[in-house]
Parts: sequence; C-alpha cells; structure tokens
Amino acid sequence: MKENAVLEMKNIHKRFPGVLALQGVDFTLCEGEIHALMGENGAGKSTLIKVLTGVYEKNEGQIFLKGLHKEAAIHSPQDAQKLGISTVYQEITLCPNLTVAENMYIGRGTGVAQNWKKMNEEADKILQSLDIPARANQQLSTCSIAIQQMVAIARAVDMDCKVLILDEPTSSLDEQEVEKLFGLMRDLKARGVGIIFVTHFLDQVYEVCDKITVLRDGKLVGEYEIKDLPRVQLVSKMLGKELDDLSDIKDKSLVYEKKEGAVSVYEAKGLQSTAGIKPFDFHIDKGEVNGFTGLLGSGRSECVRAIFGADRVIAGEAKKSGKTVKITKPIQAMKNGIAYLPEDRKVDGIIGDLSVRENIILATQVLKGFFKPFSKAEQMKFADEYIKLLEIKTASTETPIKSLSGGNQQKVILARWLLTHPEYLILDEPTRGIDVGTKIEIQKLVLKLASEGMSVTFISSETDEMLRTCSRLVVMRDRKVVGELTGSDLTQSKIMETIAGGSEETQSKITETIAGGSKENGN
Amino acid sequence: METKKKENGFLVKLGNLCRNQIFIPIAALLILAIFNLIADPSFYAIKLSYNANGSPVLMGNLITILDYGSELAILAIGMTLVTAASGGQDISVGATIAIAGSVILRVLCGTESQPTSLHAPIIVAFLVACVVSMLFGAFNGALVAYFKIQPMVATLILFTAGRSIAAWINNNQLPVISEECSPTFGIFGNYIPGIPIPTPFFIAVACIVVIFLVLKFTNLGLYTQAVGINSKSSRLNGLNPEFIKFISFVILGLCVAVAGLIKVSRLNTINYSVVAKDIEMDAILAVALGGNALSGGKFNMTASILGAYVIQFLTTTLYKMQVQASALPAYKAIVVILLVVLSAPKVREWLGKLWKKLRPASMKEVA
Amino acid sequence: MKRKLLALLTATLMVVGLVGCGGEAASSEGGLIKVGIINNDPNESGYRTANVNDMKATFTEENGYDASFAYSLKNEEQIQSAQKFITDGVDYLLLSAADTAGWDSVLKDAQDAGVKVILFDRTIDADPSLYEASIVSDMAKEGETAVAWLKSQNLSEYNIIHIQGAMGSAAQIGRSGALVAEAEANANWNIVEQQTATWNAENAQQIVQAVIDAGTPFNVIYAENDDMAKGAVAALDKANISHGVGKDVIIMGYDCNKWALQELLAGNWNYDGQCNPFQASYITDIIKKLEAGETLAQKTIIMDEKGFDATTITQADVDQYGI
Repeated sequence: MKENAVLEMKNIHKRFPGVLALQGVDFTLCEGEIHALMGENGAGKSTLIKVLTGVYEKNEGQIFLKGLHKEAAIHSPQDAQKLGISTVYQEITLCPNLTVAENMYIGRGTGVAQNWKKMNEEADKILQSLDIPARANQQLSTCSIAIQQMVAIARAVDMDCKVLILDEPTSSLDEQEVEKLFGLMRDLKARGVGIIFVTHFLDQVYEVCDKITVLRDGKLVGEYEIKDLPRVQLVSKMLGKELDDLSDIKDKSLVYEKKEGAVSVYEAKGLQSTAGIKPFDFHIDKGEVNGFTGLLGSGRSECVRAIFGADRVIAGEAKKSGKTVKITKPIQAMKNGIAYLPEDRKVDGIIGDLSVRENIILATQVLKGFFKPFSKAEQMKFADEYIKLLEIKTASTETPIKSLSGGNQQKVILARWLLTHPEYLILDEPTRGIDVGTKIEIQKLVLKLASEGMSVTFISSETDEMLRTCSRLVVMRDRKVVGELTGSDLTQSKIMETIAGGSEETQSKITETIAGGSKENGN
Repeated sequence: METKKKENGFLVKLGNLCRNQIFIPIAALLILAIFNLIADPSFYAIKLSYNANGSPVLMGNLITILDYGSELAILAIGMTLVTAASGGQDISVGATIAIAGSVILRVLCGTESQPTSLHAPIIVAFLVACVVSMLFGAFNGALVAYFKIQPMVATLILFTAGRSIAAWINNNQLPVISEECSPTFGIFGNYIPGIPIPTPFFIAVACIVVIFLVLKFTNLGLYTQAVGINSKSSRLNGLNPEFIKFISFVILGLCVAVAGLIKVSRLNTINYSVVAKDIEMDAILAVALGGNALSGGKFNMTASILGAYVIQFLTTTLYKMQVQASALPAYKAIVVILLVVLSAPKVREWLGKLWKKLRPASMKEVA
Repeated sequence: MKRKLLALLTATLMVVGLVGCGGEAASSEGGLIKVGIINNDPNESGYRTANVNDMKATFTEENGYDASFAYSLKNEEQIQSAQKFITDGVDYLLLSAADTAGWDSVLKDAQDAGVKVILFDRTIDADPSLYEASIVSDMAKEGETAVAWLKSQNLSEYNIIHIQGAMGSAAQIGRSGALVAEAEANANWNIVEQQTATWNAENAQQIVQAVIDAGTPFNVIYAENDDMAKGAVAALDKANISHGVGKDVIIMGYDCNKWALQELLAGNWNYDGQCNPFQASYITDIIKKLEAGETLAQKTIIMDEKGFDATTITQADVDQYGI
C-alpha cells in the first residue's frame, strides 16, 4: 500500500448480467485529500462507490484500508461502516422529525442515545468543533438543507470515519450553502480524513479538490493532480474524444441543408418550464436531425421535455408548421405529431408489467381514442411488424416488457413512437445503457427516418454519436443555451470548448480558483 | 404413444394453468367443492319448489351462493378497477351502500316510514341513488387522484361518516316498503315471478356482461393498468393518470348503487348500522383471491369475480357446517394468510421448482 | 402538504361531528334544571333512535329543563363528555353507558361536585352509592316472558332456530338464557340451529337459508331482535315456508318496532317482546322526587315490559308501543 494512502482499490471488476460495469479500476485515496471522482453517467462512478460501501459485491479485485494489514472484506454497508467508510448522499437520509442529536446517534448502538443529556452535550461538542451552526436539541427539519447535509457529515465523522464519500451533496444547495459545505470539507481534510467527492459541477471540482480520477465506460481513464488537468481536458477525458471506427456512419448525402424560406416543422420562442431551465428558442426543419448537448444536468433533457409538454410549461410559445399551437400536456404534443422517447427508460418509458404488444400500441391507441380500441388482430399486426422492423428480441408479443434486455426495451419504446407516425421525433438518450450493436442500429435508423422526411432531435451523452447523426447542435450549460454549432464547427473540440465555457470570464474564474495552478496547457 | 402425447399435452396445459393468475380462485373453489363433496354430498342438492305466489323457485346451497354472492361480485368489479388504477382500496363501500340504499328508500317513501304507495317509480329512485353514489365515489376519487391521499386513508372518511349520512338522509327513520305497497320492489332482491333463479344473480350477470363489453369496446382495461403500473410513463403516452384514477372510483360508485338496490330490496328495508357491514373487506378479499396485486397494475376481472363467489362459497359452507357466525372472520383470515403466502414471490419460485421436479421425465423431452 | 391537507380534512370532519353532537347545548338560565345526558349513538338501532327522541322530547325548556346531549358508542368519549358536564355544573347527569366498566372515578368527581347521577337503560359496574337511581330493562325477564309464551303454545315438538344478537351483549345474554334453560329442561325442545347474526338482518337471512338448504325441519324462529326476525322471514318467504298465526313456523322477535308490530297485527309473526325505550318519564319522576327532597324507595327501577301476542294485539297497541 502506498504511503499515507487511506484507501486503495485495485483492479476492481463488477459484472452485471450482460454488462461489465467496472473493468479493472484502480483508485487510491490519500489521507487529508479531497478526491473528485468524475465521469459521465454510466461511467461506473456509482458502481465503484457501491462496491466500496458494500451495496454491491465486487467480482474481482482487492480493497485495502489503512491500518488494516489484510484485504478489507466488505460484504454489506454495515461492514463498510465498521471499517470507517461513511457516505453522505444527495438526498438527506436522516429523519427530519427528530432532533439533530438524535439523528447523530440513532441506530448506532453506542449506548449514548440512552442518556439524553449526555447525548446532547456530545452532539453539541462535535457540532461546535466542526463549526456547524446547529444546536443539538433543534429539530432537524428546521435546519436548512445545507446544515442537514453537514449534520449527516458530522454523524459520519463522529463514527470515526477515515473515508468520507460525498455523493452529489451540492445539487440542492445554493452558492452560500455550498461555500459552507466546502469550509467543512477543508476542515475535515485538515484532520486527515480522505474525502471522495462526486459531483457534476466542474467549478466545484476545481474549487475544493486536490486530485481527480476519471472513469469512462467502466474503465479507468486516469488519475490526475488538479493543477495538471485543465477543464477542457477534463471534459475531453470524461467524454472520450477518440472517434472510433463507426465515424463513417454519417454519409455526406444525409447532411441536411437548410432550404431558404422553408417553414420549420416545430418552432419555440422563449419556452420555459417548471424544471428550472432558462427560456430558450428552438426550431427544427423537415428532415433535419439536430441535438441538444451539454453535460449531465445542463438542462438538455428539460428542454425537450418542455417541447413535449412533459414538464409544466410556464412561458413561451410554440409553432407547429408555422401555426401557433398550445402544448402544455403530452397529449397535445402527440396530437401535433410530436413523439418523445424519454431519458429514463424505466421510470418514464416502459410500462413494466404490460406485454410488448401493449407497450407498442399504447401511444397510438391513446391517440386513436378511448372508445376505439384496436382489435387484437390489429394489435398483433402492429407488434409483429415493429418487432421485425426493429429486430426486437422477445419470446413473444405477450412477454412482459420488463423481462426484456435494456436495448430491446428501448426498441419497444421506439416502436411505440414510430407507430404513431410522428412528424417530429424527440429521442432523449435512446442509446443509454444498451449494447453497442443496438446503439449503431438506432443511429442508422435516425438517419433513415430523417431521409424519409421526419425531423429528429437526438440527445446523447456520447458526443460522437451526436456528431455522427446531427447536423446542428444546441449547446447547453447550467440550464441555459450557450451556443449553437453547425457545419464545420461540429467537432469534438469545439463542443467541449463551448461546454467548458470557452469564454474569457469562465477561464479567468478558473485562474482565480486554482491558486498557483497552471492552466491552458494546450487543447 | 398417441395417448401418452395427449397426456403430456394435458399436463403442459395444467402447468400453464398453474402459472396463470386465474388458477388461484379456481384452486380455492375446487378445494371448497371437494371438501363439501366429502363432508356432505347433499350440499349440492337443488330442488324445485313453489313460493307463496305460486312461482317456481330453485332451492339449494349452490343457488344460495349465486344469490348472495351477487353484491360481492358487483363490488369486486369496481374494486378491481380502483385497485388496478390507484394501487389502493376503497374501504368505504359498505358505508356508501348504506347511503345508496337510504337514498332509494328516501325517494320511494318520501318522509313516511311505512308508505302505502310509492312516491316515485323505482327506476327514478335507482337513478338518483346512482348519481349520489357516483358523487361519493367522485369525492373519494378526487381525494386520491388530485390530492394524492392514500386510497385507504381517503376512503376512511366515508367509512367513518357514511352510515351517519345514510341515517341522516332518512331522518333516522327506518322506512319499510311492504308487499302491499309495492309488489315489484322486492323483485330485485328475490325472485321475478315465474323465474326460478334469484334476481340478484341476473343483476350480477348483467353487470359482468356490461363490464366485459366495456373492457372489450373501450380502452378502460389498458388505461387503468398502464396508469397503475407506471403513472409517470402513462402521462408521457398522453394519458391523464389523475382522471383515470378518479373515474375508477366513480365506476365503483355505480357498482355500489347497484349493490345497494339489491340490499334494500332483499329485506324491503334498511338498517344503517349493519347493512353491508364489512362487505368492503370481502370485496378487497375477492380482488386478492383473484390473484390481483393489491398494489395495483395488471388485473384479471374474471378472476376477481370468481374470487367473490369463492368467498360466498366459503361463507355458505361455514354456515352449513354450523360454524359460529362470529368465527367467520377468523376463517376468512386463514384464507387471506394462505393467499398472501401463496402469492409471495419466494413461495412461487419454490413451487415452480417443485413443479419442474415433479414433471415426468418424458415431458422434459417433449418440452 | 399532503399530510396537512389530511389533518385539515380530519379536523373539519371532527368539527362537523361536534357541531352535530353538541348543537343542542344551551346556556343555563334561572329556574331551569340543568341536565347533561350521555347516550349511545342514535343511529345504532331503531330502539336507540326511539330512546333518544323520547329524551329529547321530554327534557325541553317548556318542561323546565336545560338539557345538553352527548352521543357516543365509545366509553372514553362518554367519560370525557361526563367530565365536561360536571365542569359545566349540571344538576343531573343522565347516563346510558357504552361499557359497564371504568366509571368509578368520574362518578366520584360528580358526587364531589354535587351532581346527581341517574343511570338509564344500562347498568354499570360501580358502587351503587355513586348514583341515585338506575332505570333498566330486565333482559332476562324479557326472555322469560317470551319463553313462557312459547311454552303456552303447547306444541308437541319444538324445533327452534335460535338467532342470537351480538354475543356478550346484555340483551343477548338475557334473551338467550331463558330459551337455552327451557330447551335443556324439556326433551321435546330442540335447538336445531344456534347462531349469532350480530343483530343483522342479512346474516339472519343467510343463517335460516342455510338451515332450509340443509333440509333440517324446524317450526320456531326465535330471533333476539326484530331486524333478525325480518331477515329470517325473508328466507322463509323465498322458500315458501308459511309462518305466523296458525301457520308452519312461529316467528318471535324483540324490540317492538312499529313495522314489526304491524306484522303481528297482520298475523305474519306470532310474538314480539318489548324492550322499553321510553325511560324519560321514569327519569323525570325521579328528578321530581329528588327535587322535592324525597328519598327513593328503591335504587334500581325495572320498567314494565310487555310481550305481544299476534292473536291479541290491537292497532292501539301498535300506535302506543311501536317505536
């Protein structure tokens, strides 16, 4: 084990049925270090953390902890806790109707909880030492979210933790609260606690972290000192910029060229929804494939949800083929020929217990009307047609969709929307969590549909997929549209530059934050 | 060889049936039927006799089951839909039956407790009861769908207040409609002159036919299941999950009105505090006996209705065995425990394995 | 938010309930005798409705009373109401207790506060010194009267379907006792079916239906209230088994509902035992005596209760005793 390392994970493998979630990942955390774990969704961050905290069992590899002279055996969250590994999640997992002190001591079996006075005293001592502005006998729900986070951290610290994992702790905090949290993190760092920090906010990484480990597709990309890795490079490492051999999918002939004077199939002005995106303008022409890009949480999904009426639209207007239309509910979008394949297949897409057949016909059936059900024969015809067309692998049309593999589930949802014969198809992460073969099929299908005159908005966290399929990209950062790229600008580096904020102000902010850190060493 | 193949075919079919949802109520029915056959075959005796008006009537335990199981079967229809769409149950049906019955009597009797003639045609009274019941259903539905209150909690309100409301509607009177006052009123709970099968059975059949036509010629089934399984996703498919949950309670309200009519017609009167007492639990049990998940989602209407008759079969069997009526709930509880255990995923898995082991070797070849 | 809404809803419901219950509470005025009346829920049965109406009609301002009412089927709620009445300073506390137990301490409070307690309809397990009087029905006597009547019918054989009320209630115990004792004493008295229908007509109908379906012969139905008798008769009607005066099956009920007495008058039923709900006049007598400073001859006052025979009942009886 490396000197002053508190945690070393070596050659970690984790397999799920059909997926290799982690392939030989190494990770080292040193004493008194804040270590960012970065990667896009599906990169394996959360799997790695779950292996470390005992939620999952690893298939291969070793975990070593400081002070433990043999391999650490972590088979359950309790094991992890006993070994001094604590986690604070994005969502508060404490009990809001108990007091701060009770929350700190409950379920720990130390016996302290039996003596209320002592418990409150102890809790106050810890809160004071960590400079957390809360009282032991205060009810937790009266504290702000940030304080609640800190109480959770205090609980973890008091349990003598050596490794503290903060899993997206800042997502629901405002700027000042984030500052407070960072203060606490620095304080803990000074006490020698090793902190693993998972976040999607690049600024925050550069503000508090010492090291960054980047994962991509379940593999380790590398471990870097913060000063050696400028933002743009971090983004490139997270996204993986090397184009693979699929880059030839995009045929020149398929590239859409704007016809002068043509009316957009769909157009939005100042659209805004309750999901917290800034008002945005957007249009798409007949036969065009465009996309929203940006890091996770940048608001790209929220934009298309606003277009489809999936979130409540609070401002702006929409035009369909030049005519003003009101789209505040999905059904209105569907009646206007818009289809939307949602980002989260399990939560928003599939109807798990229903059969493949029913899942395919659902949207079309809803459009047709309550009193006009398709006959069983018609349903079978549709289902068979699309199962064949999209090569959906299913035992039968009557198999519940939940027993299909992820890729085939996605194809069923795709079939559902294709069956409605939309003019404008929105695909939000259609390729997430499915195998490479299906990914390519879907991309090809998108281009084919566009060539037949359908307009498609395609979102993917894999930039190369978007580059291959889209002729125009809307770039988003912090829930705001920050740029639009077409033609020769459609390159990895240009996208990353726009995402990272190629503008002067952002770059200068980085300079301020990383004192003494070198920047802009190439791109 | 030929016969062997046939046998195997039968076994495979049997195996499929075992995995089918409807297997649960059928198995329960078979167990009860066999038990009665062994205990006392005369249980199944049916005899034709003539009632006071000289019309032929069939008598016997089986007829009794079909007769008294009717209200339950009708309620099971609505309860199945509510369960599927909202993932919860309506525990106020007993109390709302009291309301529906009270409304019918209020319209028919006016303010008299023993009218000499009806104040309104029976159909009018029934329609008014339907509207009132559906309004109470709508009240429950609105609480569940739009205010997102758990169904059991939301319906607890009417469960508590319903019988008092029923009493209030008739000003605490207990109106009686005598044979002399209206010879037709008793038909709905007894016999149509000249037809030897109890009327409630025909009413139940009519309701069952209607619901199956509705399920066939509308998308009610697809929509409620979709909403029950995944309401977020349903919304993105253009459905209005709140409205579908809401409407399922309104449909249950309609079922309640029909059951209420049968109840008051059976005895030509009503007792607010005991009419249809505990029937909500039986209706929920019918849904569960039908193998439907009480957490909502997919449903099998046939199985629920069958479940209702199984419960009545059990009740009649226990009466026949002269089990104390106060002990009935305990026996039903045993059934519930068995059901819950049988439908637990672990037990099913285990049974599946057992079935595979028991399958004759030759069948494996065929399969 | 959801929880708050729910709480609000529940609260509203309770307030509505309270208004319904406490609406009649009037402020005390000079010259009126202040009484607090605690009774069971008027919806419980026809008997209770009649009882409540009788009390309401008697304890009015015209009659010189300032009465407050509280209704509940739950003992704790009744005790709470009693405490409230004591605090309000009523002169008399009239009580029909939901449960027999648990009244000692609150009745002591009443005694200390100088509130006189009169029990009606139901007795309680408390020291008799804690209350002035208790006006009750003697359920056992009701049963004896009925069984004596049945015995006087001189049937060669008695095959009885015995439909019981909710097991353990005073009425059930009293009314069952006499019949069971008589059946044990006589060889020609058989109870062919004994079941509780928990006062419920539908259950009674199913119980009798089961006996008919089983083909067991019977010639008497002894139901412990009118509702259950009605349910039993409905089953007989279905099976075309004649009942009533001079017919195959003797029908016996209790409580003297008006409609039940009319069945008697029409000869469809044979006997109905009275359970007198009209206790208000007994209570006012006692209050008058106490106000005049007289002492009561006895603490427990058993009301006169009749049993009606279908062959002798008159329309006047129906009008007078029907509830």
